[in-house]
Amino acid sequence: MPLALVATGLTVERGGREVVRPLSFRVGAGEALLLTGPNGAGKTTLIRAVAGFLPLAAGTLRLEGGEDEREIGEQCHYVGHANAVKANLSVAENLAFWAHFLGGHEARVDDALEAMALGDLAQVPAGMLSAGQRRRVGLARLMVAPRPVWLLDEPTVSLDSASVGLLALAVTTHCAAGNIAIAATHLPLGLDKACELRLGVALEAA
Amino acid sequence: MIGAFATLVGRDLRLALREGSALGTALGFYLVVVAMMPLGLGPDLKLLSRIAPGILWIALLLAALLSLPRIFESDFEDGTLEALALGPLPLELVAAAKCLAHWITTGIPLALMAPVLGLLLNLELAAYPVLVATLISGTLAISFLGGIGAALTLKARRGGLLIALLVLPLYIPTLIYGIATIAAVITPPGDAVAAFLILTAISLASVVLGPLAAAAAVRAQLG
Repeated sequence: MPLALVATGLTVERGGREVVRPLSFRVGAGEALLLTGPNGAGKTTLIRAVAGFLPLAAGTLRLEGGEDEREIGEQCHYVGHANAVKANLSVAENLAFWAHFLGGHEARVDDALEAMALGDLAQVPAGMLSAGQRRRVGLARLMVAPRPVWLLDEPTVSLDSASVGLLALAVTTHCAAGNIAIAATHLPLGLDKACELRLGVALEAA
Repeated sequence: MIGAFATLVGRDLRLALREGSALGTALGFYLVVVAMMPLGLGPDLKLLSRIAPGILWIALLLAALLSLPRIFESDFEDGTLEALALGPLPLELVAAAKCLAHWITTGIPLALMAPVLGLLLNLELAAYPVLVATLISGTLAISFLGGIGAALTLKARRGGLLIALLVLPLYIPTLIYGIATIAAVITPPGDAVAAFLILTAISLASVVLGPLAAAAAVRAQLG
């Protein structure tokens, strides 16, 4: 069965308020879904609910063609506002840790470094990197262990335009291999085959 | 799964080694608190000798308490905890790995420092081996129960004080049986072996139950 992430009537509440209204979508293999909308529209909430951090108030979420015995979150890579990068480890050590922990191969670390143009910084402690460089290390984590679904929450924050290009290339490559990406973003990622889901303002004045 | 567990413990040990300051703070705090006791209580060697085990135990609890927030805090702040939660390792084992690393990097060094501080308090010679044995066993409970408090206070501002309130009561059984073991050795009669076995049983139960509660707390904090 080809991969597809299917949401039906998905609703997420935060503090008793519906932040994500009943929402149905289907993202098939090789597709990228861009979540857009103003601040407070529920982009982060939706992504965190897909990752399994937030419970669904109603509706269902299925990953067709995934591994049934593993939860959806375990088949996702999640990049949130923080980068999950340890300042006291070098860039290569950070990625090697994730490769081992997530069950990837250490050999992929070099590819990931290259994909995010971090080769020259591999031995530098991550604490000495700029915000944009650290973001790139955080994104390189996606590539050290293969997972079918990428969940990216504002992945372009603090990236320069060249790095946004690298990210777009990485997402395109990921999707071209028959995988899925969901990204919340304000900037266009420059993806060819991306559908856009515009979320409305959920936080209305009561 | 064992590989991921070992990787996580190894990373935490390496980070603790590189940061260093956290262990230094705990050891320094332990030294200062114990060193102040003779100053506050006066140079009555008999009195000091009698209360030395209690002081060494309580000061160690306080020193360990200082380092508890470290178990989850930095991973929570830099987003690592979210990525760990989506990893192949159940969150319970993630919590266990982090508590184990805390025990190795803080519990054991504190327990090994205790006999040195015993000299300051005129601790009886016979009590040294049993002091170290009870502390090594007891610090296991301190780290694994401490993980619960550390996880519960992740989002709380000034969580350190809250941790003390949450966790110190949980340490009471450990403290009682730790002291009981030492007392039985110094002033017979008393069954030191029985007390030590109960102490160790409490520690082993903490190793099993602590991570379950800590993982539930982390899940709630991530939501």
